[in-house]
Amino acid sequence: MVNLIIDGKNVSVEEGTTVLAAAQKYGIDIPTLCFLKDINEVGDCRMCVVEIEGRRGFAASCIEKVQEGMIVKTHTPEVLEARKMMLDLILSNHHKDCLTCIRDGNCELQNLAKKFGIKKINYEGSMNEHEIDDKSPSIVRDFNKCVLCRRCAATCKNVQDIGAISSAGRGFESCISTAYNCSLNDVDCTLCGQCIESCPTGALHEKENIDDVWKALNDEDKYVVVQTAPAVRVALGEEFGMEIGTNVAGKMVTALKEIGFDKVFDTNTGADLTIMEEANEFIERLQNGGALPMITSCSPGWVRFAEKNYPENLPHLSSCKSPHQMFGAIVKSYYAEKFNIPREKICMVSIMPCIAKKYESSREEMEVDGVRDVDYVLTTRELARMIKQANIDFASLADDKFDDPMGEASGAGAIFGTTGGVMEAAIRTAVDTLEGKSIDKIAYTEVRGEKQIKEATLNVAGTEVKIAVASGLANARKIMEQIKNGTCPYHFVEIMACPGGCVMGGGQPIKSSKIRATVDVAGLRKAAIYSIDEKSTIRKSHENPVMTKLYEEFLEKPGSHVAHKYLHTSYSAKPKYELGK
Amino acid sequence: MESNCGNCAALKVQEETLKILENYPREKDKLVAILNDVQERFGYVPQQAQEEISKYLNVPMAEIYGVITFYSRFTLKPKGKYNISVCMGTACFVKGSQAILDRVKDRLKIEKAGDVTADGKFSYDDVRCVGACGLAPVFMINDEVYGNATVKMLDEAIDKYSKESEE
Repeated sequence: MVNLIIDGKNVSVEEGTTVLAAAQKYGIDIPTLCFLKDINEVGDCRMCVVEIEGRRGFAASCIEKVQEGMIVKTHTPEVLEARKMMLDLILSNHHKDCLTCIRDGNCELQNLAKKFGIKKINYEGSMNEHEIDDKSPSIVRDFNKCVLCRRCAATCKNVQDIGAISSAGRGFESCISTAYNCSLNDVDCTLCGQCIESCPTGALHEKENIDDVWKALNDEDKYVVVQTAPAVRVALGEEFGMEIGTNVAGKMVTALKEIGFDKVFDTNTGADLTIMEEANEFIERLQNGGALPMITSCSPGWVRFAEKNYPENLPHLSSCKSPHQMFGAIVKSYYAEKFNIPREKICMVSIMPCIAKKYESSREEMEVDGVRDVDYVLTTRELARMIKQANIDFASLADDKFDDPMGEASGAGAIFGTTGGVMEAAIRTAVDTLEGKSIDKIAYTEVRGEKQIKEATLNVAGTEVKIAVASGLANARKIMEQIKNGTCPYHFVEIMACPGGCVMGGGQPIKSSKIRATVDVAGLRKAAIYSIDEKSTIRKSHENPVMTKLYEEFLEKPGSHVAHKYLHTSYSAKPKYELGK
Repeated sequence: MESNCGNCAALKVQEETLKILENYPREKDKLVAILNDVQERFGYVPQQAQEEISKYLNVPMAEIYGVITFYSRFTLKPKGKYNISVCMGTACFVKGSQAILDRVKDRLKIEKAGDVTADGKFSYDDVRCVGACGLAPVFMINDEVYGNATVKMLDEAIDKYSKESEE
C-alpha cells in the first residue's frame, strides 16, 4: 500500500492507483472532463489538475500515479484558477446554445461551468463551424458542441474495436472525424450509440422521433400502439431522479396511457415469441446439419457489424427478427385481424434502450406485404422527454398493467434486457423441447455475470451443447474470427453489440463519468432485470399462454410458413465504407 | 493502361500500394512510414491506397485519415506541378512571411492551402518552420529554397515557372 495525504486526509491505496482514483475512494471529488474510467485516461483536458507539494506545475490527477509521502492539494486558489482558465478556453470555441441543447441539464461541461461560476467568456475569438451530420436514422453528430475530450473515439476504438471516429487535423482545426469526414451512416459505424453514452456534451445524440410520435397520437385516423423493451423499465426512473436499478414498469405503463397511446404492450411478449422461433431454429440446425454456431440476431448494431465486416459468416446468424420487429409484425396482422382494426391504421411505436433499433426498423426487409413492422422507435431518453413534455409527475404515478391480450410475458422474455438473457431464455425452451418434458432447472448462471465471453457446456438429452455469450463488439469480433478460422467450438452464441447488453444500450439514460467511475450501473440495472424474472410465475417462453394461443390461432407452429413470413428476415453483405456518398 | 479510365487508375494505385506494403511487416507503428512512401509515389495519399493500408495493418480508415490530416507532409489531394511552401514559423512570421503568403493566394487565385490551380500547375502550403530560420523569411518551390525572400522574388519565380510551363 502507498500512503499519501490528499487535502489533509491520510490516504492509503494500492500501488499503481491514480491520484484521482485515490481521492474518489476517500470521497474527495476532483472535477474531470476527458476522463472516462478504463476507457479514456489520457490527461488531455487538464480539468483534474492538482497541486503536488515540491512539484513544479500542476499534475493531471487522472494519470498521475500515487507515490509514498505525496502531499496533494485539490483546490488551492491557483488550482481553481487553472481549471477555470481551461474551462474558459474550451467554452470560447463551444456553441453555447444550452437552452435548446439536447443535453441541457445533463451536460458535464455545463455542470463544470456552473460549478466554477463562469459568468463571462474571456476569450472571444474564432469559432469552428462544423456541418451537422444527421444522415443516419439513428445518430446525430454535432461537432460544434465537441470539447475534444476523445471519450467517443476511445469508446469506439478501445471498447467496441471499431474506430469509426478518430482524432483528425491539427491545432485549431483539430476535430474528431470519420474517414474523409463522411457521415456515420456511410462508414464502419455500427450505430450502437456507445459514443453517445460516453459524450459529456451534446456533440453526439440520438436522432429524435418525438415529434413524429406526438403527431401520430393526435391523428384520429391512427391507432397508436406502443411496446416497451425489457431494459427500458429498469432505467427510465433514473431520468426522474430515482435510484439506478429501480423497476418502474407500472408507472411507465400509466404514463404511456396518460400520454394517449391506444394500447400499451410489452416487448417481453415479443421476446417470448423470438425464443419460440429461435429455439426451434437452433434445434433444426443442430439436428439437420445447419450452420453452427447459430448466433442470435436481436441486436441490430451487432447485425450491422456482421454485415459490414464478416459477410462470409452471415449464414450463422439466426434468421429471427428481433423481438420488437416480430411484435410489430404480429400486432399489424394477427392482432389487427382479431380486433378488426385496418392494419394500415395501426402506428407501431417501440420504446427501446437502443439507437440502432431506429436503423433496424428502417431496414427494407422489415415489412410484410408493404406494411412496416414498426413505424417509430424512441429511446428510453426520448420517452422520458415525452413524459416531461406531457407534464406528468412520473414519480407519483400509480402502477398499471400492460394491456391484454399481448401484455403477458414470461421471465425468460424479461431477461432479454441483459447480456446472457437471450441465451438463457432460449436454453430454457430448447432443453424442454429436446428432453420432451419440463425440466426443473431454470436459472443458467453459467451465462450470467461480468466475464467478457461466457462459455458453458450443457448436456441436453444426451447431446453435448456448447454455448457462449459475448457482449461488446470487440468480443463479437473474437468469435467471428474463430468462425472464420474454423476454430469456433460453440453450437450456439449470443452476441449483443453493447457491453453488458441492452441495459447498457446506446439509448439508455446517460451517466456522468463520475457515476460510471464509482457506481456499478450495469450491475444494478441487471439485478433489477433478474428480479423481474424471479418474481414471474411463468419463466419459460413456451409456457406463456399468449404463445400457445398465438400459434394455435395464427402461426401454426414455430418455423412454419406463416411464422417465416412475419417473424423471419434475411441479411446481406454491406460495404464497410461508402466514402463517395 | 489508359490513364483517363477511373477504374484503371484505381487499380494502378492499388497495385502500386500493394508493392509498397510488401516492404513492411503488418505492424501498426509502420503506418507513418508507409504513408510517407505512398505520398512520395503518388504525390498524395489516394483513397484506394488508404483502403489497402487499412486492410493490411488492420487500422480503421478514420485513424489513417486522422494521421494524414495531422501531418502537413501528407495530402489528400495531388499537389500542383510546382508546390509553393510558405514558412509561417515564428522567425519567418515576424520577418513578414504573411505578405508573401497573401501574395501567393492573390497570384494563384486559390484560397485554401492544399488546393491546386485549375491548370494543375501550382499549389501552395503554409508550413511551420522549414529549419532555415537564419534565412527568414523563407518560401520553397518544390525542393528549391528561397531565403531572405521578398514578394518580388516570389513574383519572379511564379512568372518564370508559368512561362516554362507554357512552353
